[in-house]
Amino acid sequence: MKNSVIDLTTNTGGIISPNPFWLASAPPTNMGSMVERAFEAGWGGAVWKTIGQPIVNVSSRLATLDYRGSKMIGLNNIELITDRPIETNFKEIEKCKKRFPTHAVIASLMVESKRDAWHEIVKRTNDSGADGIELNFGCPHGMSERGMGSAMGQVPEYTCMVTEWVKEVAKVPVLVKLTPNVGSILPPGRAAVKGGADGLSLINTINSVMGVDVDTFMPYPMVNGMAAHGGYCGPAVKPIALNMVGELARDKETKHIPISGIGGVETWRDAVEFMLLGSTSVQVCTAVMHYGYRIVEDLIDGLTNYLREKGMTSPKQLVGKSAAAVTDWGNLDMNYKVLARVDKDKCINCNLCFVACDDGAHQAIKLVPDQARGGKAYPEIVDEECVGCNLCSLVCPSPGCISMVRMDGETQKLSWREVQEKGIAIKPGHANKNIERA
Amino acid sequence: MAKLPVLTDGPFKELHPAMTMPEALREANRCLYCYDAPCTRACPTHIDVPAFIKKIASGNLVGSARVIFESNILGGSCARVCPVEALCEGACVHNSLQHSPIEIGRLQRVATDHVMERDIQLFEAGKATGKKVAIIGGGPAGLGCAAELAILGYSVTVFDDRAQPGGLNTYAMAQYKINTDFAIAEAKLLEQLGVHFKQNTHVGKDVPLAELEKDFDAIFIGVGLGATQKLGIPGEDLPGVVDALTFIEELKTKKPADVKVGKRVLVIGAGNTAIDAVTQAKRLGAERSAIVYRKGEDDMPAYDYEYEIGKSMGCDFYFHASPVRIEGNGKAEKLVCKNAQTGAELTLECDMVIKAIGQAKRAEFLKGFPQVALDDKGRVVVNAEFQTSNPKYFAGGDCVNGGKEAVDAVAGGKAAARGIHKKLNGAAANSKVA
Ligand SMILES: Cc1cc2nc3c(=O)[nH]c(=O)nc-3n(C[C@H](O)[C@H](O)[C@H](O)COP(=O)(O)OP(=O)(O)OC[C@H]3O[C@@H](n4cnc5c(N)ncnc54)[C@H](O)[C@@H]3O)c2cc1C
Ligand SMILES: Cc1cc2nc3c(=O)[nH]c(=O)nc-3n(C[C@H](O)[C@H](O)[C@H](O)COP(=O)(O)O)c2cc1C
Ligand code: SF4
Ligand code: SF4
Ligand code: SF4
Repeated sequence: MKNSVIDLTTNTGGIISPNPFWLASAPPTNMGSMVERAFEAGWGGAVWKTIGQPIVNVSSRLATLDYRGSKMIGLNNIELITDRPIETNFKEIEKCKKRFPTHAVIASLMVESKRDAWHEIVKRTNDSGADGIELNFGCPHGMSERGMGSAMGQVPEYTCMVTEWVKEVAKVPVLVKLTPNVGSILPPGRAAVKGGADGLSLINTINSVMGVDVDTFMPYPMVNGMAAHGGYCGPAVKPIALNMVGELARDKETKHIPISGIGGVETWRDAVEFMLLGSTSVQVCTAVMHYGYRIVEDLIDGLTNYLREKGMTSPKQLVGKSAAAVTDWGNLDMNYKVLARVDKDKCINCNLCFVACDDGAHQAIKLVPDQARGGKAYPEIVDEECVGCNLCSLVCPSPGCISMVRMDGETQKLSWREVQEKGIAIKPGHANKNIERA
Repeated sequence: MAKLPVLTDGPFKELHPAMTMPEALREANRCLYCYDAPCTRACPTHIDVPAFIKKIASGNLVGSARVIFESNILGGSCARVCPVEALCEGACVHNSLQHSPIEIGRLQRVATDHVMERDIQLFEAGKATGKKVAIIGGGPAGLGCAAELAILGYSVTVFDDRAQPGGLNTYAMAQYKINTDFAIAEAKLLEQLGVHFKQNTHVGKDVPLAELEKDFDAIFIGVGLGATQKLGIPGEDLPGVVDALTFIEELKTKKPADVKVGKRVLVIGAGNTAIDAVTQAKRLGAERSAIVYRKGEDDMPAYDYEYEIGKSMGCDFYFHASPVRIEGNGKAEKLVCKNAQTGAELTLECDMVIKAIGQAKRAEFLKGFPQVALDDKGRVVVNAEFQTSNPKYFAGGDCVNGGKEAVDAVAGGKAAARGIHKKLNGAAANSKVA
């Protein structure tokens, strides 16, 4: 195979970075020395730990969701914005930009909801040489009680207004970072675009209580006998983020605006998924807090090899490729049918498919002794009952053992929308054959 | 019992040490939680393995131990001595995925140790039925039967001719698998259920059978097997020739330093007991310790992994060597063998010969029970309820199955208890112990 030349350079709303991998605004971008080390490791951009009037943090601050021996599949924090003086942060940005002129340094900002205050900090950012600005409208704890963070992001009018204020003086591109703690991501996304945003970053963290210690009865992270809700992130939130990114990438009013995707990115595959649904660049926090800057090596290497394998030369070619494949339920073809099929050679007789289907789905699996295989019982699919839900194939621990096979003969498509629009009468109920017309 | 007796050091230190809690959690989380699980089917006592493992994963160790003990009251020793490769772990579906099987035995130990270390009592004697049952033999079979009956509300007395309860659990199993004191302590836990132990009491000598017949409503026979069989070759009675069970019993009841072992030890036989003998002789300090077996490597009755233990300890193996005679001047010095196929002779120097060619049945003793039929191999014949041909007598364990594993004996004893319950109470054995 001929090696095509791959160029990972990325342009996110006017912010150019040597690759699409940025550090999200968080502890890994707390100060200049850290960002510089990250750039040395290979990160293409860094969104500085949010700058504003310095605060006082509490300890402890973090808690995790561990699952069946996997540490930190979710992370929760009650940390606020930077606790370092505004001026120190900007001085370090200047220094960092001098050392890394081609890397993207984005200043994340959050100040009180006053036009003057925003103008002042944006002007200071202009002077620092930063490549872009990100407005933190997402922090769900602490700052929101002070009328900042998600308190802004949850009210589209405020989002629009502050974005406008910032755009009045900003000399570099402005990204608006959205909070997922809303009923729909579209109104705040549209409001940011209306206010003039050059790009959207999402998601920020999700309101959450991480857990309760069942011996001490204390929720965590615990601060001297009390806890507060915090922001949830890490691998567990990726599906929520992907949905929101996809929604904005398809929406008429926002689809032309570049997205910096955030939420549970740990590997190049996660990044590719974000890109396919509409992200131009991705930002990473939890995975770096877990393993360090070094993970960027495989992010870059994996993405490069993947692009080469796909015959592509730039991640640009991935952006939004799958966005249109996500649609409203009403557009799905109700005549498309799959049925489960078991490969007995791969079956290990754990019977998990049986119990899952029996108790959790449609009683479409029977365990039938197979004399040709020493009388051991093997799952058999009762086609009349199988609704093609996937459950058995999802629980099966043996790779490739249960496949979902298309059985409808590729007949004419029929969506619920068509049924509504054309006034077709159909019989309700599950069917593993074509929809019956009443 | 704060700390369970265990040897963590020296030549007899544990082969499979206890798991740490993080280790246990990692392993428990690897279990797929199979439905109608093959591991459970493979366990003779049908412990609900996925259930107890899931409870370890959730941090419910007391509940986990209850699941184990409900099926197998000797779950603590079985966790240590079961040939898991041939039973539960051998059936684990992970084998089919080319993954190492779940370490069921060691996980079982995590849960059972947890409650034993904390003296947590999980079961109580049932509401008294007013009926009495005598158990002859305090080995795994007798204990399995006794516990089940006590929980069902019977007054149970165990008669055992040894100083301590536990049968071969206490007196035979390799010290690097199970510590003698642990086996005794586990057996004695049955006292919490009101089970009476009469040790040093040989039924037939110290207590006449007629007395048991008079005092008890049912009798369970769990006497196991007898002494090692005779070789029937010249020189067998020379000093220096011992039988494996006597040698191993010494090991189980004395300090290693007080057990005499030769410099060059020959063990005749190639079953699991022979492997236990040859490896423990090595552990005691024998310079050379070898198996002498009349058939070939593939014919060895010992489990493959037992054979591996023997090899890994540097024991020697002589195959196709049929012992013909033992020679020596007032003591065993040479073992002369013959290759049955080629006729070639082989003479091996030695100063100790251990006979491990299987235990004899206690046929003579068993014949003393009125109308209790034996089969042609000297095993007690029982029906599906483990009842003998004399309806008052039930039986289980090695004396019925001809010699299997401790877990089979527990299963047999427990099944017999259900049979006894059915007979005495006319009820199906609906015990709260599943
Ligand atoms: C050397 C050796 C190693 C073994 N290793 C293992 C192992 O690692 N794992 C495993 O699972 N199994 C092992 N076994 C097998 C296991 O020990 C037996 O299957 C099991 O102990 C049988 O239990 P039981 O209750 O039927 O008999 P036993 O354990 O033999 O108990 C019978 C009891 O009855 C007593 N008794 C006999 N006659 C009378 C009488 N007339 N009056 C009063 N009491 C009497 C005996 O003294 C004994 O205490 C091993 C066996 C041997 C010999
Ligand atoms: C296949 C599927 C179908 C569901 N259907 C409904 C539904 O009809 N009504 C409802 O209130 N919740 C429905 N739910 C949501 C569940 O009730 C529940 O709130 C959700 O799965 C979260 O719980 P869990 O993740 O702890 O299982 C459904 C969930 C699944 C997985
Ligand atoms: S889940 Fe898969 S491996 Fe398990 S019984 Fe079903 S088909 Fe076989
Ligand atoms: S008792 Fe023995 S065979 Fe049964 S599950 Fe436990 S370790 Fe496995
Ligand atoms: S077979 Fe293995 S994976 Fe399945 S329940 Fe048993 S121990 Fe767990």
